[in-house]
Amino acid sequence: MSASPGHNSNIGNRKLIAKLVLAVVAMFGFGFALVPIYDVFCKVTGLNGKTGGRVAYQATAADIDLTRTVIVQFTAMNNSNMSWAFHPMQNQIEVHPGELNEVRFYAKNPTAASMTGQAVPSVTPSLSASFLHKTECFCFTQQVLEAGQEIEMPVRFFVDKALPKDVHKMTLSYTLFDVTENFAGPPRLTAN
Amino acid sequence: MATGHDDHHHGPAKGFTRWLYTTNHKDIGSMYLWFSFAMFLLGGSFALVIRAELFQPGLQFVDPNFFNQMTTMHGLVMVFGAVMPAFVGLANWMVPLMIGAPDMALPRMNNWSFWILPFAFAMMSSTLFMDGGGPNFGWTFYAPLSTTFAPKSVTFFIFAVHMMGASSIMGSINIIATIQNLRAPGMTYMKMPLFVWTWLITAYLLIAVMPVLAGVVTMMLFDIHFGTSFFSAAGGGDPVLFQHVFWFFGHPEVYIMILPAFGVVSEIIPTFSRKRLFGYDSMVYATSSIAFLSFIVWAHHMFTTGMPLAGELFFMYSTMLIAVPTGVKVFNWITTMFKGSISFETPMLFSIAFVVLFTMGGFTGLMLAIAPADFQYQDTYFVVAHFHYVLVPGAVFSIMAAAYYWLPKWTGNMYDESLGKLHFWLSFVGINVLFFPQHFLGLAGMPRRVPDYALQFANFNMISSIGAFLFGFSQLLFLFIVIKTVKGGKKATTQVWEGAEGLEWTVPSPAPYHTFSTPPPIK
Repeated sequence: MSASPGHNSNIGNRKLIAKLVLAVVAMFGFGFALVPIYDVFCKVTGLNGKTGGRVAYQATAADIDLTRTVIVQFTAMNNSNMSWAFHPMQNQIEVHPGELNEVRFYAKNPTAASMTGQAVPSVTPSLSASFLHKTECFCFTQQVLEAGQEIEMPVRFFVDKALPKDVHKMTLSYTLFDVTENFAGPPRLTAN
Repeated sequence: MATGHDDHHHGPAKGFTRWLYTTNHKDIGSMYLWFSFAMFLLGGSFALVIRAELFQPGLQFVDPNFFNQMTTMHGLVMVFGAVMPAFVGLANWMVPLMIGAPDMALPRMNNWSFWILPFAFAMMSSTLFMDGGGPNFGWTFYAPLSTTFAPKSVTFFIFAVHMMGASSIMGSINIIATIQNLRAPGMTYMKMPLFVWTWLITAYLLIAVMPVLAGVVTMMLFDIHFGTSFFSAAGGGDPVLFQHVFWFFGHPEVYIMILPAFGVVSEIIPTFSRKRLFGYDSMVYATSSIAFLSFIVWAHHMFTTGMPLAGELFFMYSTMLIAVPTGVKVFNWITTMFKGSISFETPMLFSIAFVVLFTMGGFTGLMLAIAPADFQYQDTYFVVAHFHYVLVPGAVFSIMAAAYYWLPKWTGNMYDESLGKLHFWLSFVGINVLFFPQHFLGLAGMPRRVPDYALQFANFNMISSIGAFLFGFSQLLFLFIVIKTVKGGKKATTQVWEGAEGLEWTVPSPAPYHTFSTPPPIK
């Protein structure tokens, strides 16, 4: 931008304004781009304790590190206004890294109406979240429970052998949300 | 042109349409300033409702939901309605005069960016009368409190934010185009007055972050009405994401409110010290550094969200880094005054108070930047005291200083100096009685945004409320002084102040409706 084009600077103005408007549009887009950036950033660094999606895994004897034992604890809680009974059927198990494990969670819809629930997982310490892999989880789908219906829902997971040596205990926590009205998609499957 | 005027009229049109259709930077600047003062009184009256309720423990006057609406609306009105439009008003009036331009670069858009504002704030204020009340989730409107649990009126709030954002963006484009394209020949960048420099940088900050604010409220709108789940964990979103996006806007936003204040003070202190500003170049570089740093410190607002240690350390150190360019500025102001022949007219009093009290607010900011200590201070009155010290004796005092400093140029009349000094001392005492005790309340653990409190906080709250009413009602004196100056008074000279330098002091007082139709010579 050369100094002082004087008072007939319509062309200079137009170019500058075009750039500035472009910057505004770009920053509006950047605001939305922050959403996937945030997800990718958290996934790469494992910062927010989120676990990944379904992984295929077949454990062989060579994959299991019998020299190490890690305690995995389970907690379950309801988000506000969720009325289901919801708890893990075991509070904790001891696992060897690489070994495929299964625990079951219990849920019951005590109300007189059909409801849809969505469980959202979280792992602490959060930096170990990326070392807990699930091959099957009730959190992968929404759960539809008829009035009074109860179910047991499985989670199959294994702890990565690369889990940092200083982690001896992990907690897998589920928060159950009532999504009957807001996010209920077509009922995909109830627990298997 | 819609008005049917041609481009060669030389005086203002008559009647109300003058203000409705005007494209004159001085008219629009005045409208911005009057609008912001009206909003200042409105936001101030909300604050007085808060302080009246907090005068004593227990619930006295308002119910908690209305109290929450007051804290929210106070913040929104003061930030977007009072401080920002006041600085845009000052920019409209002074930037063309300071760089020797005949008007703003985009006068028609200038008119529009102002006239959006009254409608935006009328819409936002009207939510207070709606079913379920107005926004009650704090000016930071964290989701899902502002989405899932918000009153119905939140949609009006979202559109009001969109409108004021559009206004700010258009205003900034205009200011950038004016500064970059309309400087008089010879007015190089490093000859520009610092007020112009700080506004140029502020305008770029606005361009960068107001669209992000528009984006975040748009996401809220979609979450509320269109079944998306940007911020709802149940649908795969993340509430913490909201805080990241909001503060990516929010932290530069606080510098948007203080950089023009730095510019104002950098104009006033040299005038009344009768010395050149010390370290002009370093002031420019310091301002740019602060603007850059403002983009990489946002998560210091979020230390307690469960960030990993590396994140806490990064945001802690980068935040503390801001103290360096800010320190450069403070030392430059002090050095400018050092061995100057200082006189203490009202604008200078406000400016010196700015330097002292803003620095105090800066220091409490450093305390808050210390991540481990922040866990104690988070969401307490210590935070309230901190940001009010940088915003009220910071931004607001600088606006008042600017008003007294340039009022003779705007009106052609000198204001009443003894009344001005009285206004300053009432404000100065009021503000410290109001906010200083809040440091102690915060350190003792009183949470913010709560209408009731434990008994041990009673004394300091009472003192604080007394200060609030003293400060609040003193501003009516300011209104009186301004009206009195507009009506008449001792005629101002062209230079107005003995030590004043700059192009704005070369045009007659009051500044004619059209100035610098031919560019002035630059020394």
